[in-house]
Amino acid sequence: MKVVIMGCGRVGARLAALLDSEGHQVTVLDNDAYSFRRLPSKFGGATLLGNALDEEVLKKAGIKEADAFVAVTQGDNRNVMASQIAKHIFDVPKVVCRIYDPLRRDLYDTLGIETISPTTIFAQMLKDKLES
Amino acid sequence: MYIIIVGGGRVGYYLTKALLDEGHEVLIVEKNATICEGITGELGGVCVRGDGCETATLADIGTGRADMLIAVTGDDEDNLVACQIAKHKFNVARTIARIRNPKNETIFKKLGIDVTVSGTNIILEAIQQEVPTHPLTHLLTIIDKGLEIVEIKIPPDSTTVDKPVKELSLPPESKLTLLLRKEGKPIIPTANTILHAGDQIIAVTTPESEEALRTALRGS
Repeated sequence: MKVVIMGCGRVGARLAALLDSEGHQVTVLDNDAYSFRRLPSKFGGATLLGNALDEEVLKKAGIKEADAFVAVTQGDNRNVMASQIAKHIFDVPKVVCRIYDPLRRDLYDTLGIETISPTTIFAQMLKDKLES
Repeated sequence: MYIIIVGGGRVGYYLTKALLDEGHEVLIVEKNATICEGITGELGGVCVRGDGCETATLADIGTGRADMLIAVTGDDEDNLVACQIAKHKFNVARTIARIRNPKNETIFKKLGIDVTVSGTNIILEAIQQEVPTHPLTHLLTIIDKGLEIVEIKIPPDSTTVDKPVKELSLPPESKLTLLLRKEGKPIIPTANTILHAGDQIIAVTTPESEEALRTALRGS
């Protein structure tokens, strides 16, 4: 599977490393080259410096041939916009997007983007831990 | 009309002032507390501190009854999301987004934003107009009709000088609407109007036939 990941933070880098170690073809995008330090030294995928809200950058990252796109930058709106570009402009078959704000997540879920809100999930996990 | 403006920067501030003068009910949503206080100090209670991309904030300020939401923050993605939430969650009839990257125009359209205003394009057009050698200037785009209004100058060395309009091979989608000369009143060009050097022609055309219109008017 060819995957483009936007955002090389802790989650993005970790996901990239996991997919790479399983033999997937991974390209990680970030607008700060320093972020790529989070990738393991044995990482075999590609890194690309640039803003994923720019169609040209996405094309360079191979979005046209990608099977999946994941948006995990710190900005909810950036993730949402990039995901919509991937889905509606480039017709990427699988698009997953992180949205911290649970209400915003609900909306984009209904607009056809697969979304995950770590806020909701983590709060629930904490609650479960406290009650166990 | 009840109009919500997301972003209290310079654009948001002056837009609010203009809309208030026209008698509209206007509310600005601005994240930054200091900017918010500044606006409240100058314009009164028209600014709410909050994130205009948050559904909860927009619900609090009665976005459901708003006639229009205009997102003018400096970030294209924030403007997109504010407009999409207004549109899809609160059924706001008209959403307008400011965009900085002109490339985003088509993307925003495709994602359901009613109107986009690209500051970058507007500045470019204004500069083009001031550069005397520029053969064609965009004056206005009528988005929903796919038409644009352009201005074309006839240079002295043009092969079309002293020719009547009927001898020009104008593209069928184009219409010459006005002719401006240094002396005299503006003229509505007819088939027999003779082109002079230095004439400025205002025409309606489509983006596709713009090039053909330019060649027809200035010669090759």
